Amino acid sequence: MTNAKVTMEVRKANAATSILDIQGEINAFAENALMDAYTQASSSGSRNILLNFKGLDYMNSSGIGLLVTLLIRVNRQKQRLLAFGLSEHYQQIFELTRLNEAIGIYPDESAALAAIG
Amino acid sequence: MTVNSPNPESTESRDNAWAPPTSKMKVSDVPVGAMNLNVEGRQLVSPIQGFGQCWQKTFKVRLSGVTGSPAEVMQVWKENFHKFQPRENHFYPTMAGIKPGEVLLIEAKVPPLPGMPSFLPVATGVLVLYADDTSFTVMTPEGHPESGWNTFSVYEEDGGLVAQTQSLCRPTDPLFEIFNRFLGSSAQQDQVWTHVLSSLAEHYGVKGQVTLTKVLVDPKVQWKQAKNIWKNAGIRTVFYLLGAPVRWVRGSSKR
Repeated sequence: MTNAKVTMEVRKANAATSILDIQGEINAFAENALMDAYTQASSSGSRNILLNFKGLDYMNSSGIGLLVTLLIRVNRQKQRLLAFGLSEHYQQIFELTRLNEAIGIYPDESAALAAIG
Repeated sequence: MTVNSPNPESTESRDNAWAPPTSKMKVSDVPVGAMNLNVEGRQLVSPIQGFGQCWQKTFKVRLSGVTGSPAEVMQVWKENFHKFQPRENHFYPTMAGIKPGEVLLIEAKVPPLPGMPSFLPVATGVLVLYADDTSFTVMTPEGHPESGWNTFSVYEEDGGLVAQTQSLCRPTDPLFEIFNRFLGSSAQQDQVWTHVLSSLAEHYGVKGQVTLTKVLVDPKVQWKQAKNIWKNAGIRTVFYLLGAPVRWVRGSSKR
């Protein structure tokens, strides 16, 4: 896809946890970036995948669909998906679409890492 | 391949593209003739809350020779969305049109077995979850045959316009899964969106070839969601219609 307006950096928080720092827009064009970042995190042996939405500029309904697809992949690998840094608006979108029932949402990185234990 | 971003508006206006926060469906104006069944008070369901295999289906048609912007074509699509449906899939338009938060009531008829005529009624509806200038998404309530959403969009590709319908759904309960997997419901649903895209193309005088790409996102069923069958819109619609004579007698005796 040529018009992806997103970048994703993958960093290790600890041996079992990777954080995907999202910067930009999550829409249909973000699929390759998101899945590539997830593959990179998984190949490093991470069992916990944290999505950092602090740098999120915008997400449309196709973006929510991408997150569902990612969630299904994560669940099939018996990994865990968590999110932090969502604005109030996008927390409401997660509740509206009921993504919050499957993806743990935390205010910041330290709270998400604490939840993993 | 060149693909233009479908969202040229500002971030502020795009944030208004989402439906307001709500935990349950609320029908404000019931169109004349609509049953308004299996919608009011129902929770929305994403693919996470569904039962069956999760499929992503992408239907596309090239609108060759159609001039105008994706937003202009989408405006026409929104205004005629109910008219572009096949006869057995009746959508009731609302006064407000396709706007975030609006509820579209549906009365469909499905065949009980492959090859048989469509006569089993299903009354349900969808919420307009998201709508911007070049796309909109509808999300299903509990009891609907599918749990998830359909996104309708128009965009530019290789110098021409493309209209697309993409669904990300699971059959909601075990009965709908059986119908979907073995009794032809999946193919019937494919025909619905093919019909809608063909109708849009015909509106512009284009004889377009609708293409379909299917991806099995999750081959497993979610047994913990088998309980969804209690709100099955098909079963409840049949019982509602069977109870019509009783309601008529009760109503007459009260007058």
